[in-house]
Amino acid sequence: MADVLTPAVEDHADHGHDDHHEEHLPTNTGLSHNKLGMWVFLGSECLLFGGLISTFLLLKGRHEGQVEEGLIEGEAALATEVFDIWFTSLSSFVLLMSSLTMVLAVSAANRGDSVRTRLWLTTTAFLGSVFIAGQVYEFTSFVREGLGYTTNQFSSAFYTLTGFHGIHVTLGILMLVALVMLSFSGRLNKGNAETVEIVGLYWHFVDVVWIFVFTIVYLVP
Amino acid sequence: MSTDTAAAVDTADAHDDHDDHEHISDSQYIGIALGLAVLTALEVATAVGSVEEALGSLLVPVLMIMMIMKFVVVALYFMHLKFDNKILTQVFFAGLILAAAVYAIFLSAFRFWA
Repeated sequence: MADVLTPAVEDHADHGHDDHHEEHLPTNTGLSHNKLGMWVFLGSECLLFGGLISTFLLLKGRHEGQVEEGLIEGEAALATEVFDIWFTSLSSFVLLMSSLTMVLAVSAANRGDSVRTRLWLTTTAFLGSVFIAGQVYEFTSFVREGLGYTTNQFSSAFYTLTGFHGIHVTLGILMLVALVMLSFSGRLNKGNAETVEIVGLYWHFVDVVWIFVFTIVYLVP
Repeated sequence: MSTDTAAAVDTADAHDDHDDHEHISDSQYIGIALGLAVLTALEVATAVGSVEEALGSLLVPVLMIMMIMKFVVVALYFMHLKFDNKILTQVFFAGLILAAAVYAIFLSAFRFWA
């Protein structure tokens, strides 16, 4: 094992951190540790969202059972009838298109095209903000119709799941804004384009989670 | 594994890792996104009363298939899993499959499927 590791260590010492082509530094796996770390994080996030989606399904089923048995009625029985599928579909489309602009930003960063990188990163952050604004509007209108966080089991599970997703999108927007600022300060170039790719992975994951949430929460009857 | 073999694997892996973006052009990314948009439109169309009634018991399986198709396309092409090192795919799917298994058991424990 020591024999395997030695060349990588020597290589690392030869090039050192002064060399700006850090992506060429060999590691045990031949992969960037930052990128591998992000994928491990995303794998663990599957467990978080898996738990939230499962809990939503369970509590939605129980809520429907209670309504059928006549145990709850009126505002306490409110659930999917407050949904506006067309509005949420538009939000979903916006988030989906933000994945396109993100991948175009990664592509531009790999080419060393700073102007287009900034353009696509800013567009992605804007589309993410539109999605969050839509979610805030949606939550507000639901509450006005009587579906609050503690109204019933369905609403608690719904707001927790979609709220957690919204927090993830918001964190993604902050990371995108940070990348744009780094780019303006000249600290984001072709040499560290991988940073854009790693933030991109997070952003696409957030989109993937919404693909699941949109279908399971909004479309499945 | 000899040192030479390890070095060769490292080199190949590093090559895989860094050439991933050269496989797809920007116009191809736009084409993929349009495909995803069409799939989303088809998903939303199932919410229309007549379509929902026509699909009947097939509605949920059809929605699940379209959802999985969208997920696979985003993961393979936008997240570059198709072109990246296979270790990354394994790491991600290990988490995904573990989550699916754990929560399928969790839901079974609460008789969700009954």
